[in-house]
Amino acid sequence: MSLEIGSGLTIGLILLTVIVVAALLITVERRLLGFWQERLGPNRVGWQGSLQVVADMVKIFTKEDWVPPFADRLSFVIAPAIIMSVILLSFAVVPFAPNIGVVDSNVGILFVLAMASLGAYSVMLGGLSSDNKYALLGSLRAAAQMVSYEVFMGISLLGVVALSGSFNLRVIVEAQAGGWYVIPQFIGFVIFLIAGVAESHRLPFDIPEAEQEICAGYHTEYSGMKFGMFFVGEYLGLVLVSSLITCLFFGGWLGPGFLPPIVWFGLKSMVFVAFFILLRAAIPRPRYDQLMSYGWLFLLPLSLINLLATGALILSSQ
Amino acid sequence: MITLFYLAGAIAIISTVAVIVQTNIVHALIYLILSLLAVAVIFYVLGAPFAAMLEAIVYAGAIMVLFLFVIMMLNLGQHTIDQERSWLSLRGWIAPTIMAGLLLTNFLYVMDGIDHGVEPTRVGVLEVSVLLFGPYVLAVELASILLLAGLVAAYHLAKKRD
Repeated sequence: MSLEIGSGLTIGLILLTVIVVAALLITVERRLLGFWQERLGPNRVGWQGSLQVVADMVKIFTKEDWVPPFADRLSFVIAPAIIMSVILLSFAVVPFAPNIGVVDSNVGILFVLAMASLGAYSVMLGGLSSDNKYALLGSLRAAAQMVSYEVFMGISLLGVVALSGSFNLRVIVEAQAGGWYVIPQFIGFVIFLIAGVAESHRLPFDIPEAEQEICAGYHTEYSGMKFGMFFVGEYLGLVLVSSLITCLFFGGWLGPGFLPPIVWFGLKSMVFVAFFILLRAAIPRPRYDQLMSYGWLFLLPLSLINLLATGALILSSQ
Repeated sequence: MITLFYLAGAIAIISTVAVIVQTNIVHALIYLILSLLAVAVIFYVLGAPFAAMLEAIVYAGAIMVLFLFVIMMLNLGQHTIDQERSWLSLRGWIAPTIMAGLLLTNFLYVMDGIDHGVEPTRVGVLEVSVLLFGPYVLAVELASILLLAGLVAAYHLAKKRD
């Protein structure tokens, strides 16, 4: 077996790397947040706190995995599984390097969007089945937020699709050999970035799980590894959005030849992961109605205008 | 490929039956989502990846989310499950089963003579778009007018009146 698209070894390595990176991000985020907020962060376990994630995992795995007696058992159990599976499935179409990837799909972007929209069920079912008012409020917010921001997420990508003429992420990366799409599609990039944060409900947009208002939102009743799956799922989503931004707007694996393509891909993605963490440290949470009106009244018209302008430019240059 | 087709078809049929007989509305909805995803897989296997993705995005991903959203706000409890159970009595099943069975026999009889050439012709995004904005452009415009009317009506209904 060798490193080629779709071989068993590649799929296994991608799965392993993605999950390990997502788990490591828990420590990295806490350390980086500490650095930016001028405090230490976890630095006791291992060198500079590098084994903190192992300690966290041991704790999460040994906790009692409790299903509340008043919860709806089926939906309660499948909710955390949904978020993990849809995000891991989305990685199937991400082109990591010329020879590394799971499938070379002609409908790659659509597949990611489909998986993102299925991800909404995780938070909705989790909150609904918990039979808890905070969980229900959290998942109501999550549902509205994810359904709204999915719309702009899709429209913001259409500019890139129009420029490259394909839904295939591999073709899109190769089409950027002459220049990254972040320059002609800067508005699309910004909208996708914002929608990506909202879809993975990270801090400026973590209204579904805002601790100060509604406990932990939709996962209030979760404990043990089920909570761990929501938690790692959030970081997996962060890695996914970062690698999608890299592929769609920043040339994916393309870069000067002194580093192998996969390293370029990893470096670019990590820059965005760090940016998302900085965003968390820097921007406070908006109010719920501000979030909704910002999306529908500002981002939606902007993304439509961006799409129209891109189409007009492409037509006039032909 | 043909095994995948039959597998997805079986899942679609079983989960659709489960939607009907399930008394817990949230569970019924999960089965409905499963059934739509199985139909998406069938589309994919038959060579229509674009239709498959749209099925997953629009039906499984958007419309069903709205269904679930409404159910969340309705606060349905044990009494709806009891009500469903009383409605799904055995007597109510007899006549529909006989008629559906007749229809199925009919269908199988008609299908018997046809040559099922399952030769998947791949219909990609480009082919669909060329058709939509070529011969069917009038239908697309009519559908968009219908959606606009729906949007205006929804805006009017949801508007605050002082």
